[in-house]
Amino acid sequence: MNLVDSPQPQDWPKPLKAETRALSFSYGTRLALKNLSIPIAEYQITSLIGPSGCGKSTFLRCFNRMHDLYSGNRYEGEILLYPDHRNILAREVDPIEVRMRVGMVFQKPNPFPKSIYENVAYGLKVRGTTEREMLDEKVEQALRSAALWEEVKDRLLARATSLSGGQQQRLCIARALATDPELLLLDEPTSALDPMATASIEELLLDLKRRVTILIVTHNMQQAARVSDWTAFMYLGELVEFGLTKQLFTTPVKKQTEDYITGRFG
Amino acid sequence: MSAQSSSHPHPTIARRKIAEALFKVLGLCSLAIGVGTLVLLFGALVFQGITRIDWQFLMSFPSRHAAQAGILPAWVGSTLIMLVTAVVGVPLGVAASIYLEEYARRTWMTELIEVTVTNLAGVPSIIYGLLALGLFVYILGLGENILVAGLTLALLILPVVIVTTREAIRAIPVEIREAAYALGATKWQTVAHHVLPYSSAGILTGIILALSRAIGETAPIVTIGALTFIAFLPPAPITTHPPYVSFDWLLSPFTVMPIQMFGWVSRPGEDFAGNAAAAGVLLVVMTLTMNGAAIYLRYRMRKQVTW
Repeated sequence: MNLVDSPQPQDWPKPLKAETRALSFSYGTRLALKNLSIPIAEYQITSLIGPSGCGKSTFLRCFNRMHDLYSGNRYEGEILLYPDHRNILAREVDPIEVRMRVGMVFQKPNPFPKSIYENVAYGLKVRGTTEREMLDEKVEQALRSAALWEEVKDRLLARATSLSGGQQQRLCIARALATDPELLLLDEPTSALDPMATASIEELLLDLKRRVTILIVTHNMQQAARVSDWTAFMYLGELVEFGLTKQLFTTPVKKQTEDYITGRFG
Repeated sequence: MSAQSSSHPHPTIARRKIAEALFKVLGLCSLAIGVGTLVLLFGALVFQGITRIDWQFLMSFPSRHAAQAGILPAWVGSTLIMLVTAVVGVPLGVAASIYLEEYARRTWMTELIEVTVTNLAGVPSIIYGLLALGLFVYILGLGENILVAGLTLALLILPVVIVTTREAIRAIPVEIREAAYALGATKWQTVAHHVLPYSSAGILTGIILALSRAIGETAPIVTIGALTFIAFLPPAPITTHPPYVSFDWLLSPFTVMPIQMFGWVSRPGEDFAGNAAAAGVLLVVMTLTMNGAAIYLRYRMRKQVTW
C-alpha cells in the first residue's frame, strides 16, 4: 500500500521518545493519514512540513488524542510512548491519561479569559493541586521556562487577553509546560505572530528542548530548518521523506522533497 | 451617444432614488405605527392608572370598593410563582442544554430533540395550561396552587431557556474547549471551569427574558384555576418556631397580576378600570425592570470576559 519507502530503522534517531507504527487515521470515510511510521527523538525537535492539507496537523493531534473529541474519527496502528512502550491509541488507554503526559500549543494563541496566573496554573488545578506554595512555584517556573516571567511577574493577576499576541503564545507554552509534559506538541505556533514574536518563540524552543521532546508542525520551511533536528515531509497524508533536518534540506533523497523545499510546488 | 451620456450620465439614478425615498417613507410609517401605538397605549394606561398607585394600593387586598382595593395578593402571588418557576425551570433548562451541546453525540435523535425543543418554544401558552391541568392537577393530584402554577410556567419557559442557553454555549470558541482538554481536563471540568462561566452572560439574559415573558402569562394560569378574588396571603415561608422555614405557601391558592387586572377590567364602573390600569402599569414596570436587569447583567459580564 505504501509506495513511498519508509525510512530505514537503522537511520533512525536514538533514543526515542515516541514512535508511530503504521499509523492511519480517518475522518469518517475520508482517509487522512496513510500508514505513517515516524520516530520522535528524545530531547530533540522534530518538525513536520508539507503543503496545506497534507495531514501534518491531523498527525500531530493524534499524539494527544484530540480527535477523540469529535465523533466519527478512527485511528489505526500504534503510537508508542517511551520509555514505557505505552500504545496511547490502545482502546484501554484513557485520552485524559495521554493528555496529562503530552502538552499542546495551538495555532492561534488561545489563553483562557482569566488571569495570567490562572492560565498557567490551570493544568495543575485540573490534577487536583490546591496547595498555594506549590502552585506559585510551578507557575513561576513555567513562566520562566517560557521566557515570560520578567514581562509579567508584576501583573500575574492581569487578564491573559491583555497580553500581546506573542506574549499570549508564550503564555500558552508556559501553560503547557506547567504540568511537566514529556512531549510538547506545537501546531504552527507562530503562524499568527509577527517576525519578532516568531523569533523569540523559536529561540525559546531551542532552549526548551533540553527539557522536553518537541514535535512541531510548521508551514514555514525556514523555520523547520532553523529549529528542528529531524524533519518529516508529508504529502497527501503520506510520509515522503524523513531524516536529519540538515540532510533533508541539503541533499533530499526524493525528487518530491526537493521540489517542495526549493519552492517548485506546495 | 456621447452627447446623450454627458447630459444624462446615468439616467437611472433619479429613478432609483425615487425608490429609495419611497422606502424611507414606508419604513418610517411602519416604525411610527408600531412604536407609536405602543407608546400611546402605555401612555393611556399610565394616565388612567397613575393616581391609584400608592402604598395603600400595593399593600391592600381586593375589595368591593374600588378605592380600597389593592394588589397585594397579586404581586405576592406573581413573585412566589416566579420563584418556583425559576428554581425548577432554570436548572432543568441549563442542564439539558449542556447535555445537548457538550455531551450528546450528533445522531438523528439529538437532531429530533433539537427541532422539537425549538418548536415547543412557539407552542401557544394555553396548551401548556391544558397539559398542566391534565398532568399536575388531575393525574398527579397536586391541586390548584402556587406549586402547580410555578411548575406550569417552568414548563413554558423551558424551551426558551434551552434555546438561549445553547446559543450562548455555542458562542464559546472551540479553541478554548480544546485548550482545556489538551491540559487533561475532563468534560465536566471543561464545562464547569470554562464553558459555563464564559457563557453565563448570555444564559442569564435568556433566563431573565424567559421569566419576564412568564410573569405576564395569563392563559395557562387561568386553566389551572387561579382565583380572581383572593383576600389572604399564602403562609409565610419563614416562621418563628423551628425549623423556621415552611413550604406551606407552595400549596396555597393564588392569584397573579394579569388575572387581578383582568378581574377588574371585567367589572362595571370607572373606578375599577382605574385599578386595572394601575395594575397594568405595575406589571409593565416589573417586566421592564427585569429586561433592564438582563441588559445590565449582560453588559457587566461581557466586560468581564474579554477574548
